[in-house]
Amino acid sequence: MAKELTYADKASRKMVKRAAEEGIEIVWDRYEVMQPQCGFGTLGICCKICSMGPCRIDPFGEGPQVGVCGANADTIAARNLARMIASGAAAHSDHGRDIAHTLLMAAEDPKSDYTIKDEEKLKAIAQIYEVKTDGRKIKEIAADVARAALNEFGQQEGELRMASVAPEKRQKLWRELGLMPRSIDREIVEIMHRTHMGVDTDYKNIIRHGMRAAIGDGWGGSMIATEISDILFRRPVPIRANSNLGVLKKDQVNIIVHGHEPTLSDIIAVVSQDEKLIAKAKEKGAKGINLAGICCTANEILMRHGIAVAGSFLQQELALITGAVDLMVVDVQCLMPGLSTVTNCFHTKLITTSPKAKMPGVQHIEFHEDKAVKIATEIIETAIDNFPNRNGHRITIPKEIETLIAGFTAESVFKFLGGKYRGTYRPLNDGIISGRLRGAAGVIGCSNPNVEFEEGHIKMVKELIRNDTLVVTTGCNAITCAKHGLLKPEAAFKYAGKGLQEICSTVGIPPVLHVGSCVDNSRILTTLTNVVSEGGLGDDISELPVAGAAPEWMSEKAVSIGFYFVASGVYTMIGQPLPVMGSKNVYNYLTEEIVEEVGGKWAFEPDPVEAAHKMLRHIDKKRKALKLKPMMYEQAFAPEE
Amino acid sequence: MGKIIAIDIEKCMGCKSCEIGCAVAHSSAKDLNTIARLGEKPGYRINVEAYGCRAVPVNCQHCEEAACVLACCTGAIYREAAGKPVLFDGERCIGCRMCVQACPFGVITLSRDGKRVLKCDLCIERLAIGQEPACVTACLTGALLFIDEEEANRAKRRKVAERMVTAGQAEQQGHEQNS
Repeated sequence: MAKELTYADKASRKMVKRAAEEGIEIVWDRYEVMQPQCGFGTLGICCKICSMGPCRIDPFGEGPQVGVCGANADTIAARNLARMIASGAAAHSDHGRDIAHTLLMAAEDPKSDYTIKDEEKLKAIAQIYEVKTDGRKIKEIAADVARAALNEFGQQEGELRMASVAPEKRQKLWRELGLMPRSIDREIVEIMHRTHMGVDTDYKNIIRHGMRAAIGDGWGGSMIATEISDILFRRPVPIRANSNLGVLKKDQVNIIVHGHEPTLSDIIAVVSQDEKLIAKAKEKGAKGINLAGICCTANEILMRHGIAVAGSFLQQELALITGAVDLMVVDVQCLMPGLSTVTNCFHTKLITTSPKAKMPGVQHIEFHEDKAVKIATEIIETAIDNFPNRNGHRITIPKEIETLIAGFTAESVFKFLGGKYRGTYRPLNDGIISGRLRGAAGVIGCSNPNVEFEEGHIKMVKELIRNDTLVVTTGCNAITCAKHGLLKPEAAFKYAGKGLQEICSTVGIPPVLHVGSCVDNSRILTTLTNVVSEGGLGDDISELPVAGAAPEWMSEKAVSIGFYFVASGVYTMIGQPLPVMGSKNVYNYLTEEIVEEVGGKWAFEPDPVEAAHKMLRHIDKKRKALKLKPMMYEQAFAPEE
Repeated sequence: MGKIIAIDIEKCMGCKSCEIGCAVAHSSAKDLNTIARLGEKPGYRINVEAYGCRAVPVNCQHCEEAACVLACCTGAIYREAAGKPVLFDGERCIGCRMCVQACPFGVITLSRDGKRVLKCDLCIERLAIGQEPACVTACLTGALLFIDEEEANRAKRRKVAERMVTAGQAEQQGHEQNS
């Protein structure tokens, strides 16, 4: 009994129907069969940490109120939450580690396929790590920067250099609260220690340490991933591209890259242009090689090369159901274990490349950075060889394609705005101060079958831009916005309020700015810092009229991201709540009390328009506190004081 | 009938511990780890269903006019006397599945090997040794309770009586204050 999507783009709807016709089980079917889902898990009051359990707390107060060890709902929910942060931070930081390691290889191995494409960025990051640049060779600087970054993963004491870029007031607060991470790996390890049976019982203490680990992600592992990816692959600049399943081509070899690390996807992007390979493809009857991406790795090659994005997390199976994918090559994170079940229904080859992410029965071609081009070539040749195996009768490529502009970063958008050598944030700050712009919001994150696909993302974004709030987006939300036409300058005239329209038409930007992949949420941290230092909007991120949101969140990475934004002073709104509702105390701490400590807090609101309104109320509160001018133009949502 | 399994759907958490408890109680090994290791599949005689985001355990009602008893042509489904649970005798079952079709609650299902029918027996073996049905014992929140119907009704009636008396008294006080 297949689910029918009611809000998502037409291509997704078509392919879900197609899956039902073909009898192929996909994520929405698996979700339906899983109902009802266990309430103890949902409420966060199931504990499996030791084998005196598994324990559950009775949420109605009559059965057990503590586990066998004596832990109550607060402790259990907090421990479970901290472990989610650990996993999410670990994923992002491991990604950063791999990128930093690749930089070291590019610097030291003369035969490396990786080069330093952005010397200016290298010098900027070198400054942060206090690596000397005057009169030195680029590769020497790069090696020192790579080593300095890698060091921060394993150091035992000290601070993270990227965190020293945050506003002074924020750093001081972190030090006072004991939230300044000492090292990227250490804080994650300590979460695992603290949540072991019989260690940390105090829910606030547990969550505070979780915040420290999350800061070590956002201002540590993720930021390292972002900045060093820019050094290796070039800082993105605004670029046009295409999105949605229609980018697959009937007459070309279709290769989908899925996963996260650009160390793989960027090489594949470059190698897929190799004339010899294109000639091979032609020999097999194809007109060429067509590369498209899914999830964050799609965003990486989209931003830097303008390569099309086929879809977001929940579309990974739908792309396969077109029957037109000759090869899906994956690395790490957000890869559904069910992928091989779908690829086995078609000629499609599925290949894993990371030793950290193997799938039973699936071909594994291990990707090593020191043989990058060679292995990428082998992978692409596998796709080309598979092209003749297509079953022409089973190919249904939906025609939906939507254009987009991506590549806005902390540096690029404001070069755009300022037109000077060094980008300036003055026009943005002035826009907010003068009341042309109400504020800014980061709407990010995954998709989840527990809500109507894409409804949360799009309704929230539209409601925000309608109310003169500039939206920046990353990850799967960005891909969703792309497919719904929001990443085009024209979208401002269709959906944005008058003030935002004026800014967009003056500068030529869309009302929703694609800032990158999920590690690139660190770009938002950098941007917020730059807005603070530009002046006129307070001394700390917590004073800015901004808010963050992940309306359809799914992963533990999203939990880590949410926590590093809260810890940085940002009001963070999500749709379905964090799995803590079985503990009133944890819920109150996360949504109320925590703001007294870090200036940011969580909010849970499943209705996307209502959620947008809550974010706007928060933004208005910040505007009032900063004594900014009233809004220039009438607002669609203007609550009474 | 004396005691029945009463359901409070407000308290169902969808954890399905009742299903597992039922399966273990009706297995040969009667131990979860052993069952898992040997690959035994005892099946469920209670099922938790979803409606929207709510979960509801649906179990056999041991109906007085049981459709399954009427439908069974061999007497495999029977009750010993009025007011006693409806039971199943595997020896007499021919697998015609008329009982499955007849049950309006959908709580009679075919076993995985297709050789017998799975039907709640109110855990009569456990009752005989003074234990409650396995699903009730397994339920943490009290969504499933084994209660005496008359006592339960009396408790409800007493609550109604309390409400009426309390309301009456409040009204009386109100009159006295106004006059």
